[in-house]
Amino acid sequence: MSNEAVLHSHDVHSHDDHHGHHHHESFISKYVFSQDHKMIAKQFLITGMVWAILGGLMSVLFRFQLGYPDAEFTWMKDLLGKWVNDKGQITAESYYSLVTIHGTVLVFFVLTAGLSGTFANLLIPLQVGARDMASPFLNMLSYWFFLAASLVMLSSLFVETGPFSGGWTAYPPLSALASAQPGSGTGMDLWLIAMALFVVSSLLGGLNYIATILNMRTKGMSMTRMPLTIWALFFTAILGVLSFPVLLSGFILLIFDRNYGTSFYLSDIFITANNVGALPNEGGNAILYQHLFWFLGHPEVYIIILPAMGMVSEVLSVNSRKPIFGYMAMVGSLFAITILAFLVWAHHMFVTGLNPFLGAFFVLLTLLIAVPSAIKVFNWLTTIWRGSIRFTPAMLFAIGFVSLFISGGLTGIWLGNSALDIHLHDTYFVVAHFHIVMGVAGIFGMFCGIYHWYPKMYGRYLNNTLGYIHFWVTLAGAYLIFWPMHYSGLAGMPRRYYDYAQWESFKQFGDLNKFITIVAMIVFAVQLLFLFNFFYSIWKGRKVRSQNPWGATTLEWTTPINPGHGNWPGEIPEVHRWAYDYGKDGQEFIPQTTPVGSNETNHH
Amino acid sequence: MTTVSSHERKRLHPHKFTMWVALASIVMMFAGLTSAYIVKKANAKWLEFELPDVFWYSTIVILLSSLTVHLSVRSFKAREMARYRVLIGITAALGVMFVVLQWIGFQQIEAGGVPLFGFDSNPSASFIGIIGGLHGLHVLGGVVALVYIFLRAYIGAKKVYSSTGLEIAATYWHFVDGLWVYLFIFFKWL
Ligand code: HEM
Ligand SMILES: [Cu+2]
Repeated sequence: MSNEAVLHSHDVHSHDDHHGHHHHESFISKYVFSQDHKMIAKQFLITGMVWAILGGLMSVLFRFQLGYPDAEFTWMKDLLGKWVNDKGQITAESYYSLVTIHGTVLVFFVLTAGLSGTFANLLIPLQVGARDMASPFLNMLSYWFFLAASLVMLSSLFVETGPFSGGWTAYPPLSALASAQPGSGTGMDLWLIAMALFVVSSLLGGLNYIATILNMRTKGMSMTRMPLTIWALFFTAILGVLSFPVLLSGFILLIFDRNYGTSFYLSDIFITANNVGALPNEGGNAILYQHLFWFLGHPEVYIIILPAMGMVSEVLSVNSRKPIFGYMAMVGSLFAITILAFLVWAHHMFVTGLNPFLGAFFVLLTLLIAVPSAIKVFNWLTTIWRGSIRFTPAMLFAIGFVSLFISGGLTGIWLGNSALDIHLHDTYFVVAHFHIVMGVAGIFGMFCGIYHWYPKMYGRYLNNTLGYIHFWVTLAGAYLIFWPMHYSGLAGMPRRYYDYAQWESFKQFGDLNKFITIVAMIVFAVQLLFLFNFFYSIWKGRKVRSQNPWGATTLEWTTPINPGHGNWPGEIPEVHRWAYDYGKDGQEFIPQTTPVGSNETNHH
Repeated sequence: MTTVSSHERKRLHPHKFTMWVALASIVMMFAGLTSAYIVKKANAKWLEFELPDVFWYSTIVILLSSLTVHLSVRSFKAREMARYRVLIGITAALGVMFVVLQWIGFQQIEAGGVPLFGFDSNPSASFIGIIGGLHGLHVLGGVVALVYIFLRAYIGAKKVYSSTGLEIAATYWHFVDGLWVYLFIFFKWL
């Protein structure tokens, strides 16, 4: 089936004018119920940004508690009402809610929907040469399910008993027992509904991305000519489509335990809180939930990082004016990571009483991930090695990504050893590991993509000076916040505690915690600067005057500066070469659409 | 449109392809549930009980419906619309009948003193209720899809000559059929 047929079957264009000038679209069909992948990308991005700000603000609030456990911020009481006690400190309950919702929202809504939702939508049709997704309608639904999920999650912040507070992993019994703590009631119901909607959104999106990449490529765009962004988004979608349903199964069993008295996870435990007493359930197994959760949970971390890796590969190559080093090795390592991602989930469960013999296999498979990861790092470094580097903000964020991925990947190797993990599990060492390798690296990948493709999205540039400030403060801040956590973690400081001041052995970290809180506030403020840059530039940014401002080879830069629905006004261009002909035969770059010359040297 | 290359035409229709990926996703959901079943079975206090015979009948019914949906695609392609209409009707009816039989099966399990849900339930029964129930919902989804495609061919303003939609629905139908056979074997003998 052709690209045209897909557009036409949804009546995106009327028949005679479907190339060139646009027929009239109402505000509603253009901005709200849009089926144009580029608009859907912007919807994902902006919704994701709203969540990033809310989630970031939550972390600043709970950092207040960690940095200043004895301070009396009575002004917070006026601002946040019942979340703050009379002394002006965040209550323990709201502290746990903040941590939980911060984690959930950043992992799923920002770094999954906001990152791969945005860039899969924007880049897949543009870079493979398609007029839109395989099914623009399902694509629109994917956004609307995400928005519905967002609204439900948001509403949980306002219910009487507060949002869910049992951690982003939602382990039973806290998640299964409505009476376990206030947040486990209505808050947890809303959390589950929101997450179920989110899973549906991811599945609809993922199906579409895979179908588009495999079926809608333009003439000449063989799989091995695709830019690495597309490969990365492809593997991301496969991971999502195969792992989210398993999470859903876990949630379904959880819903039955919560509401219909089944005993999948709940057993005859005794709960003192709220005078719950002994549970009537029998024979449930809370570890079963952990298996189902982490079977998604581990692939999920790669769902976050693969799109970032893809965009970073692309941006590093474009801005070093050099072909990516080891294209096939990059694809191969993405593939290896995808396969391994399904085989290592139990490394999150080394201390659950997992059979140590079984654990040994999971150690081996986990450490194997270091191999493809190292290949990628090596190839990124060799790509920029001796390049004519242009230090655009996007390029800086790409380089920052590589730095963070190395730092965080190395601590992964510590954690992957089950013997070391007995000491490190559930300490700040884990917090440091995953924030550096996933949280900050993922956000850096996202910024790298935003700075690089902003001209394609809005036809204007972001302000560079603000971009540089944004980059340097965020990079320095991220390391200052998370690096020290390795030390407190090694010293045994557990994660997820409300107040460490009561604890003789962790008093030594009091000042460190204060320091981290101050840096966190600064870093948050700088993100507001970025937000300003983003919205200001949409209307007031420097206008893009050339079709291909970065001198890149890929297809999105052959579209008009402000492409309409359908992307190319005329025919879809044909592709004659791979995406990385930089500095070949003395030419600075050769677009993918340029036919191979007769005297050209070896050719991909 | 000239840039639509001939090799693009030979490819699978993207919507068909999307259905195959969706099926992989559904497989993962049931794989998750049945592996949870296996894990749970290894724990203490697992209740063993016999499945009522009515599940044999529902299995036969759903197998039959696969045959009728297959024949209906054939008649649609041969443009034997009368036959097509009858066969689609029978398929949808068999689908509903399957779900009813499953429901009766669940009732019989409960009547035999094995509650599916509630505090006195055992996970072995709850699993059958949940997995079987989810499968039934997937069958009902298939019935809705068939009815929709059937009506679209008649009531819609323009006539639909392409068999793509029908073929996609038929693929799905065979899939939920096969899925039930797997689940039946799983519950009965594993
Ligand atoms: C060399 C590669 C890596 C290895 C060997 C590794 C290993 C591990 C291990 C063993 C844990 C469990 C620690 C514990 O809870 O005791 C862990 C936690 C975690 N890792 Fe990694 N990791 C690697 C890379 C990554 C990457 C690339 C990401 C994300 C993009 C990531 C995200 C996470 C997250 C989110 C957690 C913590 C989840 C939680 O408990 O809340 N890791 N890692
Ligand atoms: Cu993991």
